[in-house]
Amino acid sequence: MSDVLVVSILTGPGLARSDAATVGFGRQVAEKLGCEVDLLVVGSEPAAAADEGAKLPVRRVLVAKHADLADGTGEARTAAIAAAAQQGDYRLLCAASSTNTRDCLPRLAARLGGPMASDVVEVRGADADAIALTKPCFSGNLLQEIELCGARNVATVRASAFDAPPETAQSASIEEVQLSGELNHPRKRFVELQKTELTRPELTEADVVVSGGRGTRGAEGFKLLEELADLLGAAVGASRAVVDSGWMPNDFQVGQTGKVIAPKLYLCAGLSGAIQHLAGMRNSKTIVAINKDANAPIFEVADYGLVADLFEAVPQLTAAIRAAREAS
Amino acid sequence: MKIVATVKRTPQRDTKMRLTDGGGLVTDQIQYEVNPFDELGVEEALVLRDKLGGEVVALAVGPDAVNEQLQTALAMGADRALRVDTDGELDPLQTAHALAGAIEREQPDLVLMGKLAIDSEQGQVTLMLAELLGWPHASFASRVEPAADGSSLRVTCEVDGGLETVDLDLPAVVTTDLRLNQPRYASLPGILKAKKKPSDVIPLAEFELPEAGLRITGYRALPAREKGEMLESAEELAQRLLAKNLV
Repeated sequence: MSDVLVVSILTGPGLARSDAATVGFGRQVAEKLGCEVDLLVVGSEPAAAADEGAKLPVRRVLVAKHADLADGTGEARTAAIAAAAQQGDYRLLCAASSTNTRDCLPRLAARLGGPMASDVVEVRGADADAIALTKPCFSGNLLQEIELCGARNVATVRASAFDAPPETAQSASIEEVQLSGELNHPRKRFVELQKTELTRPELTEADVVVSGGRGTRGAEGFKLLEELADLLGAAVGASRAVVDSGWMPNDFQVGQTGKVIAPKLYLCAGLSGAIQHLAGMRNSKTIVAINKDANAPIFEVADYGLVADLFEAVPQLTAAIRAAREAS
Repeated sequence: MKIVATVKRTPQRDTKMRLTDGGGLVTDQIQYEVNPFDELGVEEALVLRDKLGGEVVALAVGPDAVNEQLQTALAMGADRALRVDTDGELDPLQTAHALAGAIEREQPDLVLMGKLAIDSEQGQVTLMLAELLGWPHASFASRVEPAADGSSLRVTCEVDGGLETVDLDLPAVVTTDLRLNQPRYASLPGILKAKKKPSDVIPLAEFELPEAGLRITGYRALPAREKGEMLESAEELAQRLLAKNLV
């Protein structure tokens, strides 16, 4: 029977929340096909993540460990996943959508000679002929229904669209993947990763996100948003205009071509809500918008809206929440 | 340096796509342009050529209509155009095979491509092409610096955790991200000159393609969100969020 392989590319010691959600996706497909789900962890020090993965509802955890996977290039990760794919009979290889997975899974698909779906948000069905999935298209304006019909197929998954399955009582077995020689491409060298210093939760992992647009006028307005974020324990996000202006680092961008998130609460100010921004946050559970312009498109998706100047309203909101918390 | 910049024909950015009753796309009255991410690739190719010398070839896969976008690339300053001719819909892996066939004939030092096309938003053809060619790649470039002798590139990439820098020995594939450059407009003299630039066509049948593995079966609208509530003051908003246990 052809199975599902969920791939986790490690960027820290443990699994990301998005990896567990991708196991949730993998199980949805596997239940329709009546097959098994395996998890593959890819990194230079994967032991802790493998132990964590073994508690998820998977048959076994494959471990691809190699020095070339520390600051892994897409080519090295492709080689590691392709080697792991030999250790089973996998019809679908999938991973949570991120710049890391978008930087290797299309190479993997070409190496396997199979089709790929990017940013999957729904499983519609799966049988012997096809795996039917749904993904966004046209700047997140529409949904596209597609079918993967290859012998081996590849997908990246919007983790925010799937639930992580509960952990299981018994542990899955852990097996090593045989990797030999160099994994990097001989003509590519990793130079450095300039990490954005994070003093708050990471955007894609946070329950609450406070986000700003052009109306913040940069640091001045973001200072107010950051105070609110710190009170709420929230991550900070930004619109494309803010990042293009250099007010915030590139990886703060929420939107179809930035990060796509679905936190429990998305609170934004001075952000008009361009289509491509809405595509990055419209699945948030509750959306709150503060904007001077009553006609801003962000109000069309907001659960709670306030037409106001953010320079007045945000400090008032912060003060009112702080006061209520101190009183209780 | 010989550079190929690929060009896809996509609906103009911010086009509100509409659906037919049967879940198809309404395609009449749509204006097309060069996929914005590919436009960044054409611009970067021109900058590199002007710095290092060489040639920029604009390459597309598609029907006659795609000539319009190739003309745009020529009007921006590309030296010649090449189109792999097909009326059929190709899936990303098939498109990558068609591009790889054309690129093997051209033997460029560098292929520049948009990180994704704004219609299907798959972002796959780029790396599939690199894999088929056996070349290294750099994704989501926000800066491309060539070595003085033009044999390698230092590429800064926009990744989830920050900015990653890699060195590539050419030939290689580089995909562009939003902040790489500001594409130039085609000037009137540029548009007039473009008509006289060489433009070649290769029939798709000259390349061997795999069977299509990806089928598009339909489109549908996003689920609507319920109309929200407008509040009068920050104080009222705070009370509502507290009452709903949202903060």
